[in-house]
Amino acid sequence: MLKIGPQITPETESFWVGVQNGEFKLQNCKDCSKIFFPPRFFCPSCGDRNVNSFAASGKGVIYSYVINHRPRPDWPDEPYCVAIVELEEGIRLVSNIVNIEQTPDHIQIGMPVKLCFEKISEGIVLPVFEPVDDNVAGRN
Amino acid sequence: MRKPLAAIVGAAESTKIGLVPDMSSLGLHADAALNALRDAGLKPHDIDGIACTDANPADVAFYLGIKPDWMDGTNVGGCAPILHLQNAVAAIAAGYCKTVLITHGESGRSRQGAQLRIPNPSDLNGQFDFPFGYNGAITSFTLPAMRYMKECGVSEEKLAKVAVVSREWSAKNSRAFARDPITIDQVLESRMIAYPFRKLMCCLVTDGGGAFIVTSVDRAKDFPKPPVYVQGCASAAESYFTGPAYVGDPLYPELIRRAGKNVFQAAGLKNSDIDHAMIYDAFVHTPLWALEGLGFVKFGEAADFIWDGNTAPNGSLPMNSTGGGLSYTHTGHYGMFAVLESIRQLRGEAEAQVPGVQTSLAFAYGNVLSAVGATILSNVGE
Repeated sequence: MLKIGPQITPETESFWVGVQNGEFKLQNCKDCSKIFFPPRFFCPSCGDRNVNSFAASGKGVIYSYVINHRPRPDWPDEPYCVAIVELEEGIRLVSNIVNIEQTPDHIQIGMPVKLCFEKISEGIVLPVFEPVDDNVAGRN
Repeated sequence: MRKPLAAIVGAAESTKIGLVPDMSSLGLHADAALNALRDAGLKPHDIDGIACTDANPADVAFYLGIKPDWMDGTNVGGCAPILHLQNAVAAIAAGYCKTVLITHGESGRSRQGAQLRIPNPSDLNGQFDFPFGYNGAITSFTLPAMRYMKECGVSEEKLAKVAVVSREWSAKNSRAFARDPITIDQVLESRMIAYPFRKLMCCLVTDGGGAFIVTSVDRAKDFPKPPVYVQGCASAAESYFTGPAYVGDPLYPELIRRAGKNVFQAAGLKNSDIDHAMIYDAFVHTPLWALEGLGFVKFGEAADFIWDGNTAPNGSLPMNSTGGGLSYTHTGHYGMFAVLESIRQLRGEAEAQVPGVQTSLAFAYGNVLSAVGATILSNVGE
């Protein structure tokens, strides 16, 4: 069974197409310059509709996380980490930490991570994160 | 204390709670409603306003034989009954209705006629959280906890203590689902659910219903039971369904602080005026956020406050005197049971009665950390 992915809506299409093309798009307001996520056609700080998309740096740190031990029918195995990642741009979002053993000994709060991509089915790619340091313990 | 806004004149849980396989969610709504009506000395036709959690209020009204002039189906999760109360106060003041029935019924454990909870892959949660392995509240409500523990120096032992204290209360409640005393070691040796949360750090999954009846202060003394007065209500939202990542400060959430400020302001009271509190304990860390956000303690101090026995029986702030969602009951949307215990304490009807309670604060979360509701109730009145 394939993992259940997002069902894209008109307001999020540009974001998810970006992800398929290897880009994580954030937005900012042309009026008040605030950066925001998830994607919208207006700025949630000032309500202005004049917004801009740009590719995020893809750099961030692990803000917090849990390691799920209960099976989820569409996921191949557990335990797996669900994390809040804080991007360099100040945005926090939910993602996974991959290419590292899924244990609290290896995954650390504050650990620098970088964007990578996981293809879960034809046409569906997810933005996930991996440790920046190739020599980090537990890297696989 | 300001003049009360309204009065609660009837309240009850479903006849059975915990494991109730012989009743559907709708049946639990109706059973609790009939018990609350009897408690208030009313018949269904005396009700002219209705609000329900986890059900369409028109459905519940039809089922009970009520023809409401006003209804509210605000559905923001576990805190919804407090929002219904807030809305009922306003509706009664506006003259839309006189006597409001607020119900909850949820076959959370037996899943008899329970609402389907299928994630919608196209909503915000479905696009931006669920694809990353969300597996119920245990993987969303808990997300900021590790960071909180690290920044505030809260050990797993201190988190475990919250569960231990909840059993000190539930042992005194004959209707509680889990009543055996537990130790910190037992909590920390229980099965891992989502690190660092173990089974005994998570709420129960039960069946149950609850209902209460709200009317104006001037009618309150016409009912058989002493009235419980509504001194203040507040609600607040900050993020989308299950989205703690998008709360401005996930460690000291602004929506809790805002609801706390507004509910105390509405009541004209301060933290030290509160004799008893019911604080939604979906997991062991959720009362910490609320004790701090509502101003009972400073940021980072709640775990020590609980560790030192302040919220336990005979403590300075008796909290979750049923055993709460961790040990008493948790149908999925727990808020109703918090409000009902506040009412019982103020009536002097609680099984673990706290002596001399004049004010009680009930606080609940909704859809993880997306919404909250708070109310301050009293038995003093004008």
